[in-house]
Amino acid sequence: MRIWKFGHNVDTDQIIPAEYLITGDAKKLATHAFAKVRPEYSREVKEGDVIVAGENFGCGSSREHAPRALLGAGISCVIAKSFARIFFRSSINIGLHLIEADVFDRIEEGDEIEISFEAGVIKNNTKKEEYKFKPLPEFMRKLLESGGLINYIKKQK
Amino acid sequence: MPTIAEKILCGKAGEIVECEIDYIMVNDVTGVPAFEVFEELELEPAGELKREKVVVIQDHYVPNKDVDSAEQAKALRDYARRYGIGNYYEIGKGGVCHQVMIEEGFAAPGRLIIGADSHTCSYGALGAFSTGVGSTEAAAAMATGRLWFKVPETQKFVINGELKRYVMGKDIVLHIIGDIGVSGSLYKSQEFYGTAIEDLSLPDRITISNMAVEAGAKAGIIPPDDKVFDFLRDMVRGEYKAVYADTESEYEEVFEYDASEIVPTVAKPFSPENTVPASELDVIIDQAYLGSCTNGRIADLRVAAEILKGKSVNREVRMIVVPASEKVFEQAIEEGLIKIFLDAGAFVSGPTCGACLGGHMGVLAKGERCVSTTNRNFIGRMGHKDSEVYLANPAVVAASAIKGRITDPSELEP
Repeated sequence: MRIWKFGHNVDTDQIIPAEYLITGDAKKLATHAFAKVRPEYSREVKEGDVIVAGENFGCGSSREHAPRALLGAGISCVIAKSFARIFFRSSINIGLHLIEADVFDRIEEGDEIEISFEAGVIKNNTKKEEYKFKPLPEFMRKLLESGGLINYIKKQK
Repeated sequence: MPTIAEKILCGKAGEIVECEIDYIMVNDVTGVPAFEVFEELELEPAGELKREKVVVIQDHYVPNKDVDSAEQAKALRDYARRYGIGNYYEIGKGGVCHQVMIEEGFAAPGRLIIGADSHTCSYGALGAFSTGVGSTEAAAAMATGRLWFKVPETQKFVINGELKRYVMGKDIVLHIIGDIGVSGSLYKSQEFYGTAIEDLSLPDRITISNMAVEAGAKAGIIPPDDKVFDFLRDMVRGEYKAVYADTESEYEEVFEYDASEIVPTVAKPFSPENTVPASELDVIIDQAYLGSCTNGRIADLRVAAEILKGKSVNREVRMIVVPASEKVFEQAIEEGLIKIFLDAGAFVSGPTCGACLGGHMGVLAKGERCVSTTNRNFIGRMGHKDSEVYLANPAVVAASAIKGRITDPSELEP
């Protein structure tokens, strides 16, 4: 599992530039993620990798293509100090795990981390540190556990 | 006491509520994934889609920019036909989605509208609670007519006083974002008050609500008044009921600004919060762009035309004018504005989101700079990753097109 670290205010144009918005397919979108700002990302990203960022991750456009592009490459979780709201909602609704935690200064690329969503704890095995985070509200956890909004609605039918 | 957001969402800040949606808008980029997700729900019969609530507008990559976008637009067209969606706007009959939602009477006070486009918050200028959502949420709402919301805290913005010449709604909103930052309203609803807002025309108010999302806000609401009611007379769909905050409403924060201190403002790359007075910049430009859901209305075109009348676009600059809708385009022709732009040497096209998001019709090459009336200046937003976008009002864009560098319009006065 690799940590990919990004800065503050990572916008959806960086996550998936507009010229690739001609498909909604997560796997295809994943091949263009961060194409303009970090071209090596889409070549090297692996199933289970984690993104760590600062404030306001996913700001800008409502394009669900952005969380889909991350999910399509197998990103297991995005940890940021805060998220832009449409990105936040869309991620939960499509089943991409997010953690809101102020660990931007603590976790570096190359660190080995373990996440316990139930306990609300990130363990940094490299630095031998633990960071607590507030688990999502129960309703949103239910959405994620169902695999997203669509499966949640199907179960309710 | 409740704020406008709390009243429309029928809940207290912090609560998670499920609400009935008035309209759900999707476009060619977000609509196809939304219909795909809708079909995953496997509703029987398929006719269960809440078609009277759904509005489908082709605007981002139309007229089709290449084969892929042609396939995407066709897929959306096919979905709209298959589900019998009457509120379908093809090119030539609509325009940029938010302008169409307003012109066609979908947006109205007190309504709850979602759109799979972040600038759906524009309708807050008419007193609606409207907000951008993802395609999956749009699909869920198409199926159930409802959606979950976390009721936001509300920030109050009070702008009193008189605006100077060439200062527009764009400058107010850029000034605010420059002050509070691009995450200054994260997850929150904004409400706008004060004499400067009351004096503002509806198009200028729409610019302010439109860019609420650039500060991270969920909504940017202006209490509706006679300017809104007059605009809606004879064209609004159905009934509506204006919603106001109580005088004792609880705001999380209050921000106050003196309108007379706001100047023509520019947001430099690569963030809308990176604001400076236009007069302080000395930046050579390659392109000047007038259009978008932010500043492509008739009032915006009038302001730019007044400055460009009898003048020429600088020989080193390409000026691109894109009216926000067919109706705006037609009115601009009737008023002689298009002739003024053409005579000045500008390129004029029909409505499209086009170059605003780096789609087509004005994409930038490496190292090029564009002064633009649009809403975002992120890295590579209008083209190459090493191109730059400077956000400004229509008067600044027109003046800059003439001078060939970013210019405060008052500099052109004798």
